[in-house]
Amino acid sequence: MPNPTPRRGSPLLLLPIALIVAVLAALFAWVGGWFGHHDLTPQKMMDFAETSGKQASGFRRAHSKGVCFAGTFTPAPDAAKLSKARAFAQPSIDVIGRFSAASNNPYAPDGASPVRGMAVQLKTDDGQEWRIAMNSFPFFAASTPQAFQAMNEAGKPDPATGKPDPEKMKAVLAANPEIAAFQAWAKTAPKSDSLGNTRFNGVNAFRLTDAQGADRMVRWSMRPRLPFVALTPEQLKAADPDFLIADLDRRLAAGPLLWDLVVQIAAPGDPITDPSKAWPDTRQEATIGTLAVKHAEPQATGPCRDLNFDPLIVPNGIAGSDDPVLRARSAAYSVSFNRREREISEGKSAYPVNQNGSAR
Amino acid sequence: MNRPRHFNLLARVLHWSMALAILAMLFVGAGMVVSLQYRAPLLDLHRPLGIAILLLAIVRLVNRLTRPTPALPADLPAIQKFAAHASHWLLYALMLAMPLIGWAMLSAGGYPIPMFGGVHLPAIVPHSPEVYGMLRPLHGVLAYVLFATILAHLGAALYHAWVRRDEVFGQMANGDRQ
Repeated sequence: MPNPTPRRGSPLLLLPIALIVAVLAALFAWVGGWFGHHDLTPQKMMDFAETSGKQASGFRRAHSKGVCFAGTFTPAPDAAKLSKARAFAQPSIDVIGRFSAASNNPYAPDGASPVRGMAVQLKTDDGQEWRIAMNSFPFFAASTPQAFQAMNEAGKPDPATGKPDPEKMKAVLAANPEIAAFQAWAKTAPKSDSLGNTRFNGVNAFRLTDAQGADRMVRWSMRPRLPFVALTPEQLKAADPDFLIADLDRRLAAGPLLWDLVVQIAAPGDPITDPSKAWPDTRQEATIGTLAVKHAEPQATGPCRDLNFDPLIVPNGIAGSDDPVLRARSAAYSVSFNRREREISEGKSAYPVNQNGSAR
Repeated sequence: MNRPRHFNLLARVLHWSMALAILAMLFVGAGMVVSLQYRAPLLDLHRPLGIAILLLAIVRLVNRLTRPTPALPADLPAIQKFAAHASHWLLYALMLAMPLIGWAMLSAGGYPIPMFGGVHLPAIVPHSPEVYGMLRPLHGVLAYVLFATILAHLGAALYHAWVRRDEVFGQMANGDRQ
């Protein structure tokens, strides 16, 4: 039988109990970022993104303007030798995807930025999923998410002068010289006259694992079958704000648009974790499949709006590298997704009820 | 009424192993959502560990409902008895609800739900921004409620062990054989 009259302990023992509980609570709050964290977080990146342009409720925090597409992915016959992922063995896969423009203004003119995006979701018949997020730049702006954030902060117009402070950018460039190469690209890269002849690059490295367990580090890109045609400065000036979407509709009415998915295979010593450094063009390449885009649809009513194209959603046979930018993209997209889905859930979506051709 | 002096072996093993798993899960969850670098690997741990906790919680609930449990001390004030019962049922509710909300939330977000080695769980609610936009914040808020309840539970357990020095702590810490 239990002791009916136990000898009580001193009430002073409540102090160590309170201390233990308080220490655990403080540790939890610290891990959750409530205090003491000075590192860059995905929340801080998205807070900044929201203040840096014309953020619209319910839209993505970056690449807000976009259009959904549907099509098929057909793996190349030899692709299964590189990875055991079902995406390279299944004869044909129905896909959905999204083309986008870079800014967080869903009404940005299509000619405003040389950066365009393509995202694809492949669901294979074994229940696995692969989401690919690519951009038209040949390499990423910075080596790390911290440098990328510093670049964006330095590029934000000073409220006093209406212009970015050149001293701030100078300091960022001195600390992160790789950013200069991206700025040179953004300034000089010709803009193509169509999404259909735009090449999209994964820029981050991934690991492909074959059936024997051999690994290869690769970077992938979608290379259009149509030849690149640059817009002339006159055409760019006269272009309709939605000329890319109008062009896409026109071309798709005539037939599918094709891209080859090509992987570049790293040689020993290639920078795996630095997406700001392109690998030499002489690296071995393999075409692993063909994407046929067949149908486009406004994102307000299309299936791509409520998908997070997280580049770390990969099937067995594909894995992300330790590239910090790749990890950060996954984290930042998640926060963007959580915020916009919550806005839609709360009825605060700024999506137009009727599609009139803009803000897609 | 014939009530045992201690919780049965299954209850004790589940209690202490799940205590570790749930605390690990809460810290992983709180840390991963604010991490640029470690979100992805921590999430890969968070999903299967959450499903493991769900399965263990079901076994534990069945054991709790079908086996006799030791009584609280007869001289425990009524308010403390009420707090003990209410907080235990809140803990059961949350350890079942948190993984289910996590699973439902990923389903509503249109996310795949990989476990390990290519094994995926099916969606349990349709893809819906309205549902995801509600469940995702709920998952976060309830995690903090669960952590606070666990802290209260820990504080109360230590109070029984060190201040009241009654049999309550031993009911979960010890077996029948001395």
